[in-house]
Amino acid sequence: MTDISPRRVRLGASDEQAAARLKKRYAAERRFRAYGMTAIGTGVLILITLLSSIVLQGLPAFHQTYIGLDVYFDPDVIQPGGDMSPQTMQTADFQSLARSALYHRFPDVTERRAKRRLARLISSGTDSALRDLVRADPSLVGQTATVWLVSSDDIDMLVKGLIDRNVPETDRRVKDDEVRWVDALSQEDRVETRFNVPFFTSGDSREPELAGIWGATTGSFLTLIVTLLMSFPVGVLAAVYLEEFAPKNRWTDLIEVNINNLAAVPSIVFGLLGLTVFLGFFGLPRSAPLVGGMVLALMTLPTIIIVTRAALSAIPPSIREAALGVGASHLQVVTHHVVPLAMPGILTGTIIGMARALGETAPLLMIGMVAFIVDIPGSVTDPATVLPVQIYLWADSPERAFVAKTSAAIMVLLGFLIFMNALAVLLRRRFERRW
Amino acid sequence: MSVAEMVAETMAEQVGRDEAAASTPRQSKVVGRDVNVFYGDKQALFDVNLDIPENQVTSLIGPSGCGKSTFLRCINRMNDVIDICRIEGTIEVDGQDIYSPSIDVVELRARVGMVFQKPNPFPKSIYDNVAYGPRIHGQARDRSELDNIVQTSLEKAGLWDEVKDRLAEPGTSLSGGQQQRLCIARAIAVNPEVILMDEPCSALDPIATARIEELIDELRERFTIVIVTHSMQQAARVSQRTAFFHLGVLVEEGDTDQIFTNPKDKRTQDYITGRFG
Repeated sequence: MTDISPRRVRLGASDEQAAARLKKRYAAERRFRAYGMTAIGTGVLILITLLSSIVLQGLPAFHQTYIGLDVYFDPDVIQPGGDMSPQTMQTADFQSLARSALYHRFPDVTERRAKRRLARLISSGTDSALRDLVRADPSLVGQTATVWLVSSDDIDMLVKGLIDRNVPETDRRVKDDEVRWVDALSQEDRVETRFNVPFFTSGDSREPELAGIWGATTGSFLTLIVTLLMSFPVGVLAAVYLEEFAPKNRWTDLIEVNINNLAAVPSIVFGLLGLTVFLGFFGLPRSAPLVGGMVLALMTLPTIIIVTRAALSAIPPSIREAALGVGASHLQVVTHHVVPLAMPGILTGTIIGMARALGETAPLLMIGMVAFIVDIPGSVTDPATVLPVQIYLWADSPERAFVAKTSAAIMVLLGFLIFMNALAVLLRRRFERRW
Repeated sequence: MSVAEMVAETMAEQVGRDEAAASTPRQSKVVGRDVNVFYGDKQALFDVNLDIPENQVTSLIGPSGCGKSTFLRCINRMNDVIDICRIEGTIEVDGQDIYSPSIDVVELRARVGMVFQKPNPFPKSIYDNVAYGPRIHGQARDRSELDNIVQTSLEKAGLWDEVKDRLAEPGTSLSGGQQQRLCIARAIAVNPEVILMDEPCSALDPIATARIEELIDELRERFTIVIVTHSMQQAARVSQRTAFFHLGVLVEEGDTDQIFTNPKDKRTQDYITGRFG
């Protein structure tokens, strides 16, 4: 302690030199801080740009335009000859009811092409909505009722202002007469935008106005369940054995190197493996969450093993010694103390691994989960798709309305990812221990 | 085997041991003969021969790296967990070679407990810390018996009055000295015959140290205690026998009074007078 002041004198030849050197050191630190802040600022700016562009593009998809029509539930169409069996109901042309309602509303439209355009105001998928109405209330047959029907995607975009009315008619997807009809309807308060519930409850569709993400969400959920059930027990057991029990020799070194290498293998390679082994050799069903989950489990395993081993080795040796000292067996030390204490770390790593699996697309393309699937999967062997693949599919679709849907689906996926990562952070905070 | 059977067996063993001890009074509880310990190629102990008498405190002193902790950890085979560690010679507890293949290391550690340098309570409640050993060895038949073991162990460790109202609180919430006494309570809860202490006071302040030393003196009546210490004053205060290690060799051992007042070896004299170490 006492030799500090003589050494300080020895450092600089004169006070001015020492002061100049000190100034230079402070300047270097200020520069370094500036670089760091610039780097962070750039990152934040890019992130904000990315997120805001997604949100701005995606927001319109959360609302959907509905058109109110006075529909006459014509008995001749619904049940020709008074036949009320479910089969005739299934085959009845409900779409024509909506079409007639439109023709009835605009009687001056007579030209064939104009009539086709008029019919296209509402979505081509309204027949199922009308059929459900009649099923729920058969007394509607023969009556006229005001029914709110989903508009077609072009009209939806027109109402939301996504189609510029000042563009010449020939370059516009919506023609002048369609604009006129919509304006006439909206003057009667028969055009409404509502919260887009079907987007969250229905499966995929060729019609953008009918397409929803529930099918993909269910597929993602089923796939992740399979991934978790396969990779968590196997990964944790492998890691515990390797870290706590395995002898340290050439073989375990080899295994360790291979696990680390597997963590860096491109995910599409796992997809190819799944294609040849699970589909080709074992003949498991194509496009199924079962196979998707197995492929993603292979991909997640190295991550879980590495994270678990790190969490285990972070447990201080004093705890092991304490347990050994009172006569706990090796297995008891591990199961009573080391693994429970490492569990927050293991779970954090697993959740982050799962989040990565949730966002994975490439390996699933290889095993056929890229198919167009309308039905909501009910089990892990049903054909399904997952959220990121759904995004990929929609982004690839030609209809303009899918642009908003794509961004909306990205928002939902990001929501899930943020939720999972927040859960991981929360777990770590909650169970963090100080030694 | 059911828990009840295990308890009965353990108790029968205990009774048998007590009878054997009573009929043939044994002078040495732990006997080390020609103990050589190697860490890989490096030899840490050279032909150590040491007898540790029953119901006395034996302190192992010596400069850092002299092998005293190594010898201590051989007595309950804690060195087994170190892959590169190799032990030659014999160490006997109650005349049984603890390195013979017939000895179960888990059972040995229940008989030879250990307290470590840094207090290392489990991150569990105070109660669970003490109850852990009896639980895994099936020493309590029911909850009330376990409660009883926990209470008497904490009483023997002189901690009961301080913690009796907060047994559910984590053991890590106690002060350093209390934690170390909790670790002692945890060690005596399994009713060992020998307690090994590896510098138990080196992380504690003087007041907590005095408490522990008092406690060691009380525990001597029931347990055989071996303590490694850096403090020669502590060795002089708490122990009846002292062994001085230097560079892996047991230089001298004898009654504590004799070692500190009239050492036979030049190296011992140099060490206790502070000429090296």
